[in-house]
Parts: sequence; C-alpha cells; structure tokens
Amino acid sequence: MSRLVRCCQALCAAAALLLSACAHQPTAEVRGTGDLGIVIERATGSVQIVDHSRQTSLGRVEGLGDLSHAHATYSRDGRYAYVFGRDGGLTKVDLLARRIDRRVVQAGNSIGGSISQDGRLVVAQNYEPGGIKAFDAQTLELVSEVPAEYAPGQFSKVVGLADVSGNRFAYALFEAGEIWVTDFSTPAAPVTQRYPAGKQPYDGLVTPGGRYFMAGLFGEDGVSLLDLWQPGQGARRILGGYGRGEEKLPVYKMPHLRGWAVADGKAYLPAVGRHEVLVVDLTTWQEVGRIPVAGQPVFVMARPDGRQVWVNFAFPDNAQVQVIDTLDRRLLTTLSPGKAVLHMEFTPRGEHVWVSSRDDNRVTIYDTDTLQPLKVLPAQAPSGIFFTARAGRIGF
Amino acid sequence: MDRTLVVHVLVLLGLTGLGVVTAQAAGPEPARRAELVRMVRQDCGSCHGMTLKGGLGPALLPESLAGKPSASLVATVMSGRPGTPMPGWSRFVNEAEAEWIIQRLQEGFPPVALGAGS
Ligand code: HEC
Repeated sequence: MSRLVRCCQALCAAAALLLSACAHQPTAEVRGTGDLGIVIERATGSVQIVDHSRQTSLGRVEGLGDLSHAHATYSRDGRYAYVFGRDGGLTKVDLLARRIDRRVVQAGNSIGGSISQDGRLVVAQNYEPGGIKAFDAQTLELVSEVPAEYAPGQFSKVVGLADVSGNRFAYALFEAGEIWVTDFSTPAAPVTQRYPAGKQPYDGLVTPGGRYFMAGLFGEDGVSLLDLWQPGQGARRILGGYGRGEEKLPVYKMPHLRGWAVADGKAYLPAVGRHEVLVVDLTTWQEVGRIPVAGQPVFVMARPDGRQVWVNFAFPDNAQVQVIDTLDRRLLTTLSPGKAVLHMEFTPRGEHVWVSSRDDNRVTIYDTDTLQPLKVLPAQAPSGIFFTARAGRIGF
Repeated sequence: MDRTLVVHVLVLLGLTGLGVVTAQAAGPEPARRAELVRMVRQDCGSCHGMTLKGGLGPALLPESLAGKPSASLVATVMSGRPGTPMPGWSRFVNEAEAEWIIQRLQEGFPPVALGAGS
C-alpha cells in the first residue's frame, strides 16, 4: 500500500517535472537533433540554436561567458553541445530545451575540448593552468586531470586535443614540444605516454578514421606525425618543407589544422605565413603541389565528399573565402561573405555550407553546387558554427 | 546662414589640417582609434584573448605589463619577437599608433564601441 503511494508520488513528481520542462520548451514538437547545430556569438556570450534543414535559427541561449575562440563538441545522442569558452567556462547546452543544462568554470584560460569514444567523458584542454581535465559528460563533475607539467614546476599550454580510439586523447604541448596520449580507460586514473615532437607545436588533428595524430610546428618547419596504431615507434617528422621557411614570414593568426581537408587521397593544408594551400600525398607524406590563394589560410576544409576545398583567411584578407576544385586543383571562385569570416561548417552531406562573418553580424548559407548564397541569417559577431553531425566523428 | 555654414566647414577643415600636424603628440584621429581598438580586441585577441587575459600570447592587462619599459613593448608590436609567434605589425600601424596602443594597454584597454559589430 505505502509502496503504491510512493509510486504515485514519484509519478506526480515526474509529471510536474515534465510540465516544467514543457514550459521551457518553446515548441512542444517531438523532433530529432540530427539537423541542428549552434552558432557561437563571440562577444555576447550567447549561442544560437539553428536548424540546417529549414535554414533557420530556433532561438538563442545566453550566459555562456567569454566565447572568443570558443569550441564545441557534442554528446553522442546529439542532444547536448559542450561549449568551451576562453574564460575556462564549460557549458552543456540542451539543444531541444534550448537552455543551459549545466555549466562549470574549470580553468583560467581554455581553448577547447573533445568527448571520449564512449561518450562518457568530456575533456577540456587548457592554457592556464596548462593541462587537460576530464569531466563526467552527464554531470560535468571533475573526474580526473593531467597537468601538462613537462619538467618539475614547468607547465605547458595544451593545443590540438583530439579524441581517439580506446578512450584515449592525443594532444600537443606548445612549450614542451611533445605529443602526449592519455588513456582514460580507467577514467579516475588516466595513464599518459609522452613523445618528443619538435619545437612549438601550435595545433593538432587526427586524420579521418583516427589513425594518425599530427601536430603542426611553429618553431621549425615540418609536421610531427604519431601513428596511433604503433605509438611505440614515436613521433616522426614529415613535410620538412612545411612551415615558415627561410624568410620567417610574420603569421597574423595561427592556422587551424582541425578540419584539415582530406580529398582524393591528398591532404590540403594551410601554409604557415604564406598565401598558399599545400597539397600533400597521404601515402608518401610528400608535398605534391601548392595552390596560390588570397591570403594566409586559416581553415582549409573539404566538403564531405572531397570534391571541393573551402578556405578562409587571416587578417587582413579575412573578408574572402575561396573554393578549390580538388579534381584539377584549380580555384573555382572567390566569395565575399562579409567582413572577418571566422568559420565555415558543411551540412553533413555537403550540399550547403554555413559561413560566419563576425564584423557584418551574419551567417551566410551557400549552395556548394551553384556557389551562390541561399540565405543570410543575422547573428551577433558570429564565430564558430558546429552541427550535431560532429557527434559521430572521430577527432571532433 | 549658408555663409556661416561655409565658414564653419572651412574652420573645421583648418582644424583637421592642424590635427594632422599634431597627431603625433595627441594620438590617432577618433575614427582611426576605433579601428585600432577593434584590431587589438579582435586580431591581437586571436592570440592574446579578446579580453586580453592571454591565450597563446601572454596577458596584456595593466598588471601584466606593469614595470615593462614602454619603448620595448612598442618595439615588440612594431617588429614582433623572433623565435615566438608574436608577429611585427609595422605593415598595419605606425610608430605613433603602436605607442598609443601600448599606453592604452598599460592603463586598461577600452572596449569596442557598441554597434561596431564586435
Ligand atoms: C599569432 C599570435 C599573436 C598575435 C596575433 C599577436 N601577438 Fe602579441 N605576442 C604573442 C606571443 C606568443 C607573445 C610572447 C612572446 C614571448 O614569448 O616573448 C606576444 C607578446 C606581446 C607583447 C609583449 C608582452 C610582454 O609582456 O612582454 C605585446 C605588448 C604584444 N604581444 C602585443 C600585441 C599586439 C598589440 C598585437 C596586435 C596588434 C599582438 N600582440 C598580436 C603572440 C601574438
């Protein structure tokens, strides 16, 4: 009898919860999240939740702190975005309820993060204090941390964090010049392997599929490559000609390697300091070409089918986007999506791309076939655009 | 009426002319200042953080710059620091503008004007 009463109470409580959840929900519609995403609004600490099927904004969520250089990763059900802010804030945003589910301030200065293979840990990479921290993906409670203390009392900034198989995370240490791979199979007791990599790695990525971790080097020419299938062999140097070269050209914005384009057996990557996109053969790791472009490239991103590569640029050439045809490595067109283009995101199958213009306060959606703009959405100083399709990809 | 307007315009033009001569001492013109503020927050901000609390580059807050000689900080802005990612900005700012930026950084950098699309 008392059991029945308790059961009823629980039911009532659940009903009340549901009701209050409904009150938050702007629409009562039942829907999936596979075509949703967020647009980071850099200066106002807000994100817009967007629908890329209907090409609309569904609403805005505020209160995420300093979002300059923000990054986002997704829960594996595609419902929650984990947004990493520059001020060390980690915010879990519920895309369906359109509200903040949880938020912690986990470091003084953070640059991004990623989610584990099993979806249970969210790992943040931090500049200050240098290191990585693992959080329970559900509750955002701290589970464990790995300080980037590479010599007694000396801490390094962490760059290029990527999730790889086996619940491991690979990342590079700027001051230490090393690649570290941390295994979170036992989340509370992570185990880290260290590999010397070269001078001043500034960003990293894993190749599609997750086999290789690569770190771009700033302090010397070349890329450091670690085969995660055979990490015991250590990191080796490839692309000796990749870097700033003899003249040491000034670099006004660090290129991003994430989203490094792989198309037709070749990788397309941003040259450092030069107005060029480099083409590299993925079987020999040799450079096979250079494509002159409008400025210092920042993001070089392949359309999901690999047929096109889209490029945006550092200050002062950041009002343009160029599109390369990968079949004949020819420049297809130069677009003007607005001032200070910061990011681009393809729809999962690549028919559209969303491009943010910070200084014109807008996001332009292009048809990648006709290369014509389809629609412009207003946004406040938009930077990163992140669609939920990232939830299922290694290294995102 | 028309005439006074013309006189006003002439006086204004004269003042702007003078302004150019004294710009070195008084710092950049207001419009240029707004550009510089935006450039520091956004473009320097890509390494130093939009709030200038640091990123790949160190914090550029008054307390972090305290005690560092202005002349060497200005030189850093103009020529960069070899061996580090800090590039030289002499392509985009002149010496007087770099001095103005360093002074503003030392006393607490102004926010980007509202409506300026920050
Ligand atoms: C590509 C990254 C990058 C950009 C962009 C950048 N900086 Fe720097 N800056 C650095 C780094 C890294 C250092 C630290 C150099 C060192 O280790 O000595 C630095 C150092 C400095 C310093 C010296 C600070 C000190 O405490 O000694 C000043 C001043 C400075 N930067 C101003 C600027 C200004 C102003 C701009 C924009 C016009 C700018 N920086 C843009 C990376 C950058």
